[in-house]
Amino acid sequence: MTALRGRAWTFGRDIDTDLIIPARYLNMATAAELAPHVMEDADPSFAGKVQPGDIIVARENFGCGSSREHAPIAIKAAGVSVVIAKSFARIFYRNAFNMGLPILVAPEAVDGIKEGDGLTVDLASGEIADLTTGVTYQAQPLPPFMQELVAVGGLLPYLRQRAATA
Amino acid sequence: MAMTMTEKIMARAAGKESVAPGDLIMAKLDFCFGNDVTAPVAIDEFEKAGFEHIFDPDRIVLIPDHWTPNKDIKSAGLVKQMREFSKKHGLTHWYDVGRVGVEHAFFPEQGLVGPGDVILGADSHTCTYGALGAFSTGAGSTDLAGAMATGEAWFRVPESHRFDFEGALGRYVTGKDIILFTIGQIGVDGALYKAMEFTGSAIRNLSMDSRFTICNMAIEAGGKSGIIAPDDTTKAYVEGRFLRTPRYYSSDPDAWYERVYSWKADEVPLMVAKPHLPSNTQPADELSSIKIDQVVIGSCTNGRIEDLRQAAEILRGRKVHKDIRCIVIPATQAIWRQANDEGLFDVFLDAEAAVSAPTCGPCLGGHMGVLAKGERAVSTTNRNFVGRMGHPESEVYLAGPYVAAASAVAGYIATPDQIGAPASGEGRSQS
Repeated sequence: MTALRGRAWTFGRDIDTDLIIPARYLNMATAAELAPHVMEDADPSFAGKVQPGDIIVARENFGCGSSREHAPIAIKAAGVSVVIAKSFARIFYRNAFNMGLPILVAPEAVDGIKEGDGLTVDLASGEIADLTTGVTYQAQPLPPFMQELVAVGGLLPYLRQRAATA
Repeated sequence: MAMTMTEKIMARAAGKESVAPGDLIMAKLDFCFGNDVTAPVAIDEFEKAGFEHIFDPDRIVLIPDHWTPNKDIKSAGLVKQMREFSKKHGLTHWYDVGRVGVEHAFFPEQGLVGPGDVILGADSHTCTYGALGAFSTGAGSTDLAGAMATGEAWFRVPESHRFDFEGALGRYVTGKDIILFTIGQIGVDGALYKAMEFTGSAIRNLSMDSRFTICNMAIEAGGKSGIIAPDDTTKAYVEGRFLRTPRYYSSDPDAWYERVYSWKADEVPLMVAKPHLPSNTQPADELSSIKIDQVVIGSCTNGRIEDLRQAAEILRGRKVHKDIRCIVIPATQAIWRQANDEGLFDVFLDAEAAVSAPTCGPCLGGHMGVLAKGERAVSTTNRNFVGRMGHPESEVYLAGPYVAAASAVAGYIATPDQIGAPASGEGRSQS
């Protein structure tokens, strides 16, 4: 797997799904409609600044709140390549894997990385390199089942494969 | 092996003798659903993945409650997509305007969910049904798509945390205060990924409505599920209502809990959660300097008949403050009828509050009471995140119906005592 590369955008703790994609936009359901509003109530200028490949670095409990899959959909559609956090709320964690937004738990990286740092991330090994400071960090390894989900391309391909072999 | 009731239910659904926290299981689902926010995405994923059949027409419901009655053209389009999918796949249940209610009040009321069930809902407050002694958890649209196709979902068996409340609750203190107190104590990720089991004499003495309120907000502490052991109160609620056969589980006395919290029920004051997190709690009687613009009484958290009775108890013979808009939203048509039959609407109308048709509406800033920049609401809903009820610079204070109604009268955050409500607490439905 090739390494992901982008700039870090840092956020605090408890970034909830209303901050990621406000409910006033939930009368829309497509990636193209949602992307311009990503993180709007946390940082109204974010959607205009984020570049393809960029990386969200957040503190504890990222994605808390609603089950709206619109949150990882909007993040992915805006071009964000991976979200790194100290911890994730569980529905967001589940949704991200199911729909194919890479996420990593890496508390030390979150403490070390500053906004604007250039990063590379190797999803397979979990290695996060801060090109600005020269420091590398190791994300927590994915549980084997989650690796399996990622390998087959998400939940629905996994379930189809499972049904075919059952 | 000693197990919690959550573990027993999950073991049953996985076809295993026992499970332990950390185990990954594939569980058979008793019921799954999505709403007008999550179901359209699930339908798209279902079709994109090439699924053609649903697993069981009786056990899937797509429920249009968030924007109902449709607030705009886009939401009408989403509901149309759900209606067509339900028809195409022959789903047994379809509920539209005039029949539909707020999902987490509606499904238990209609007997679609019950004790011992494993339930996956594409809505975070799916944890509500734990009040019936079910394992019930929120997930996203892709999970729902998989569930609709296969009738199964994967789960990691959660560690259980136990929350004991012993003794008698104070006057006007309800399930809402218990859960806000709990979240205030442990934080919005204090039970991240955990099953939250509520026990103790104060819980056993609660009505079903108050129990639903407690389990409803388990997600606001990060919980995977909330659960309360079924007892005579549960059985009385379920009998003659639940469409399938209930399975009553209880935790073994020597079951393992990762954490146990014990509080005396009389330590729980009337609570308010201030902006912008449900954990930002403070006793209501310390907040009388906070002037407000709107009060909302309703939602999957507090839109049941007991909640409306509590609000009416305070509003009876009083007027909503002239600067306040007070909006009452019965959560289902049956609750609406019951409130009407009991004369509660006369109380609300005399007090100059508005009564709406069932809808999630203002809880998520949809419609029926959206806030302008700089406005503040006291609301019996479950989230006070930035922009939750409207403009990003508006504010939501979460409370139970007693404090919400008293605040509507006062024009600022107030307890019933602070507006001179009768000291007897007569007419309370706290049994």
